[in-house]
Amino acid sequence: MNDKYKYTPDNFKSDQEIKWCPGCGDYAILNSVLKAMPEVALELKYKHERFTFISGIGCSSRFPYYLNTFGFHSIHGRAAAISTGVKVANPLLTVWVTTGDGDSLAIGGNHFIHAIRRNIDINILLFNNEIYGLTKGQYSPTSVLGKVTKTSPFGTVEHPFNPGEVVLGARGTFFARSIDMEVELTKKCLVSSAKHDGTSVVEILQNCVIFNDKTHYSFAKDKDTRQDNTIVLKHGEKMIFGKNKDKGLIQIGMKLMVVKIGEGGITIDDILRHNATEPNPGVHMMLVNMKYPNYPVALGVIRDVVDVTYDDGVRDQVESVRSHGSIHCVEDLLNSGSTWEI
Amino acid sequence: MKHENRVELNDVVIRFSGDSGDGMQLTGTLFSDTSALLGNGISTFPDYPSEIRAPQGTVAGVSGFQVHFGNDKVITPGDYCDVLVAMNPAALKSNACWLKQGTATIIIDSNSFNEKSVVKAGFKSLDPIKELNLEGYNIVSPDIVTMTKEVLKDFDLDPKSIVRCKNMFALGMCFFMFDRPMEHALNYIENRLSKKNPLIASANKLVLKAGYNYASNTHELANTYTVLPAKNLPKGRYRSINGNQATAWGLIAASEKSGRPLFCGSYPITPATSIFEELAKRKDLGVKSLQAEDEIAGICTSIGASFAGNLAVTTTSGPGLSLKSEAIGLAVMTELPLVIINVQRGGPSTGLPTKTEQSDLNQALWGRNGECPLVVIAASSPSDCFHYAFWSGKIAMEHMTPVLLLSDGFIANGSEPWKIPSMSEYPKIIPPIILESPEGGFMPYARDAHKLARKWAIPGTKGVEHRVGGLEKDFLTGAVSHDPLNHQRMVDIRAEKVLRVKDFIPKQEVIGADSGDILVIGWGGTKGHLQSAVNELQSESHEVSLCHFNYINPLPNGVEEIFSKFKQLIVCELNSGQFANYLRMIYPQYTYLQYNKTQGLPFTITEIKDKVVSLLDN
Repeated sequence: MNDKYKYTPDNFKSDQEIKWCPGCGDYAILNSVLKAMPEVALELKYKHERFTFISGIGCSSRFPYYLNTFGFHSIHGRAAAISTGVKVANPLLTVWVTTGDGDSLAIGGNHFIHAIRRNIDINILLFNNEIYGLTKGQYSPTSVLGKVTKTSPFGTVEHPFNPGEVVLGARGTFFARSIDMEVELTKKCLVSSAKHDGTSVVEILQNCVIFNDKTHYSFAKDKDTRQDNTIVLKHGEKMIFGKNKDKGLIQIGMKLMVVKIGEGGITIDDILRHNATEPNPGVHMMLVNMKYPNYPVALGVIRDVVDVTYDDGVRDQVESVRSHGSIHCVEDLLNSGSTWEI
Repeated sequence: MKHENRVELNDVVIRFSGDSGDGMQLTGTLFSDTSALLGNGISTFPDYPSEIRAPQGTVAGVSGFQVHFGNDKVITPGDYCDVLVAMNPAALKSNACWLKQGTATIIIDSNSFNEKSVVKAGFKSLDPIKELNLEGYNIVSPDIVTMTKEVLKDFDLDPKSIVRCKNMFALGMCFFMFDRPMEHALNYIENRLSKKNPLIASANKLVLKAGYNYASNTHELANTYTVLPAKNLPKGRYRSINGNQATAWGLIAASEKSGRPLFCGSYPITPATSIFEELAKRKDLGVKSLQAEDEIAGICTSIGASFAGNLAVTTTSGPGLSLKSEAIGLAVMTELPLVIINVQRGGPSTGLPTKTEQSDLNQALWGRNGECPLVVIAASSPSDCFHYAFWSGKIAMEHMTPVLLLSDGFIANGSEPWKIPSMSEYPKIIPPIILESPEGGFMPYARDAHKLARKWAIPGTKGVEHRVGGLEKDFLTGAVSHDPLNHQRMVDIRAEKVLRVKDFIPKQEVIGADSGDILVIGWGGTKGHLQSAVNELQSESHEVSLCHFNYINPLPNGVEEIFSKFKQLIVCELNSGQFANYLRMIYPQYTYLQYNKTQGLPFTITEIKDKVVSLLDN
C-alpha cells in the first residue's frame, strides 16, 4: 500500500558528473542524503516530486545538481531566504537547504538566524569544514582562533562561531550534529530533522581534504577515536560514551563533567539522561559547547522541541481571515469603502 | 446672505500646513474626499518631513497637504495655492513660496503666532507677515486655539487633547469658504474615533462645526466660493485612490486573473511601505505577505515563492533596490517571473526619503552585474499604478522574466478619484505552466517560439524535476554550462526575450497633434504636469505635443514615427537626464534637448511652459 512512497537512493541521484575534489567529505554526505531521502519519503508519505533542495554558494551548495529533485542553486548566503519563500508559497513541499559555514554563518548569517527564529519548516544541512574551499582556502567564521590561512597568514585574531550555539541563541527548535564519515548517523539525523516541524539544523563536521585537511581529526579520525572522543546522544537514553561504554556526563551546578562509571562512587544512576524535547535550552547549550579534549564532542539529535511553525501560522491566518472577510474577489475590493456615482 | 457674494470658480488649490503633529494630512484628506463626493475633479499631494515628529514648531517639522479640485478632470495637485492654511509660523515660512502671486488667501491661527513660535521658526523679526512680504495678501487670522478652548471648555479632556482639535476649526472655515457640506467629515470622525474615544470624537465634531459657523458669522472672508461638479467626467462609480494602494490592488488583480497566489516578501522603506501594508491587509484574498529581515531577504523569499509557483512581488525604494541588485540578477538568470516595485525618492544613498525624484532609471535599467536585461515599466498617475502593476504581473508571468515597475513618491502618496474598472475589462493572464513531463523528457530551458519564454515547472509537479540557479545554463537542458558559444547564445536570447515584449504592449502614442514645433517627452510620474503644461500651450495656439512613456524597456513600437515629425524634442525629467541619454542610445538620429530638475519636488506647470516658450521664441 505504501508502494507509491517507495523509492531507492537511485531515484534521488542525478545524471550529473560530481565535481568535488577526490577525498572530499561531501561524497559521504551525499551518500547519507541519498540513503535518507527514501526513508523520509516512506515514513512521511512524501512523493518524489515534493522534494526540493536549495543551496547558496560554496562547495556544499553544488549539492542540488547531484540530486534528481527540484533544485535551486542560488546566490551566496541566500538559501535560507529563498527556501523560506518556497515553503510559504507551497507548504506541501519538503524543503532542504544545503549550505556551509561561510554561506550560512558569514554572508548569510542574517537569513540563517531569522529562518530559525521564525521556525519555518525547512531542513538545513550545514556543512562545517571551518574553511572557505571554493575560493581556495580563506578562513571562515568557524575557523579556530589563530588559524593560518591565505587571508590570515599570521593567524586569525577573531573568535569562531559554534553553529549549535548560534542555532540555540536564535531560538532553534531542532539541532543535530554528525560527522561526514558517520554515514549512518548522518542519515538518522536527516530523517529526524525531516520529521521535525519547524526549522531543523543538522551540522555535519566535514573534512576539506585540500584546504583544511584533518581539521576534525583530533576527535574524528577513525572509529576508535570517535568512540572515545565523541558522544552520540539519543533522546531518553543515558549520556554514556567510550569504547567500553564506561564514561558518562553528569551535571554539577552550571557545568557538565565527564566521569568514569564505577570510579569515585559514580554509578549509572548519576549519569544524565538526554532529553531532546526539553524547551529550556540550558543543558542543550552545554552539550553543543562541549569541546575536545576536555569533553567528548556531542553528536546526534541534541534538541528537538515542539513549537508553532511560521508556515502553519501564515496558512492559518489566511484561512481564518478568509472565512470571516466580506471581500472575496478583486471586484469586491475595488468597490469597498467609500464610493460615489457620477 | 452668503450667497450674494458666492463666486464660481473653475478650480481651486488649497494647501493645509502645520506642525507634523497637527493632523494636516487628515485635514487635507477630509477636504479632498468631501470635494470628490461632490463630483469635483481632484488631485492631492502630501508633503511631509521624514522625521515622524521633528522638533515642534520648527521649519523642519512642517507637514503639508495640497488639494486641487476643479469643475473638470484635474491631473496635478497644482503649482501654487489659492488658499494657504498655516497653523504656525514655521508652516507659513516654509509654504509662503507656494502662494499664488498676490491673489491668495492666507488663514493663520493668530494664537500660534506668538513670540516664542515666531522665534522658533527662525524669523528675524516678530512680524512674519512683513518679513515674508505678504502684506498684500488677504490674511485671515482668527484666534483658533482660543476659540477651540472656548468650545471645549466643558469637556473633560486634558489641555493637549483640546488644542489638538484646532485643525478641525480650520477645516470648518474652509468648508464654509468653499461651500462644502460637513456630513462626510462628521461621519468619518464618528466612525474612526468614537469607538476608541467618544469624547474626542464629539470634541472634533464640535470644533469642526464651530469653525464653519465662525466663518459664516463673521465677515472675515469677504467672499465665499464654489466649484461646481465636473461635467465631463465619464459616468460610473468612483472612489478615491492613491498610487501605492492602486499598485497593491493591481498586483492582486493580476493574481486573480492568473490564478497564481500572490506572495509579497518585503522590508519596510519610505515611500514604498504602504504597498506592502496594503497587501498585508488582504489575507481575505489569500495574499501571503512576509516581512523579511532585510531587503535582500525580501526579494529572495519572493524568488523562492516564484520558483514554487506564486506570483511573487517585492516592494522597495532606491537604497533597497541597490541591495536587491544581485538577487534581481538571479531572477534574470533563472528566468523566473517576479515583479519588483521601486517607489523612487530623492537620492543618492538615503537622500530625501519623503521627496520625489526619477533618478533610479539608470539603476533599474543597468544596475546589475553582467548582461542582465529585464522589463522596465513606469506608472504615471496614482490611479494608473493599478493598470501598470497589473501589466507588470502579466508580462512577468507570461514572458517568464522579472519586471521592474517604477513609481515615485509623488504618485505613490498622491490621490485622485478613480472610475472603478470592471475586472472583465482586464485581459486573462496565462502563465506557461507545465503540468506533466512531455514525451522525450522535459527540457527546462526550451522556449516558446514567439515570446521565447521557458516553461514554469513548479515543484510538486511529477516528472519535471529540474535544477535552476545562478550559473550559466545549457540552452536546452539547463545543466551548468561553461561552453563559450552556449554563453553567447544565452546572453543573446535573454536580451531577445525582453525585446520581444515590444510586440505585446500598446504602440507608443502622442498626446496632441502628431507633428509640430516641439515634442515634450516625459516618462512616469511627471505625466500630469507635462500634460497640463502642453494642454495650456496648445490652447495658446502653440504647436506642442506630448509623448509620455510608460513602457521603458523595451520601448514600444512607433517611437521613431512620432519623433521624426517634430522640429525639436525636449526630454523633461526629475533627474539629470537619464531618459534623455537612454533615448540617445536607442535613437541616436535625433537631437534631444533637456529640462531637468532635482529638488525633491514635482515639476510646476509654469516652469515647463516657460521652458517650452523660450525654445519657441528662439
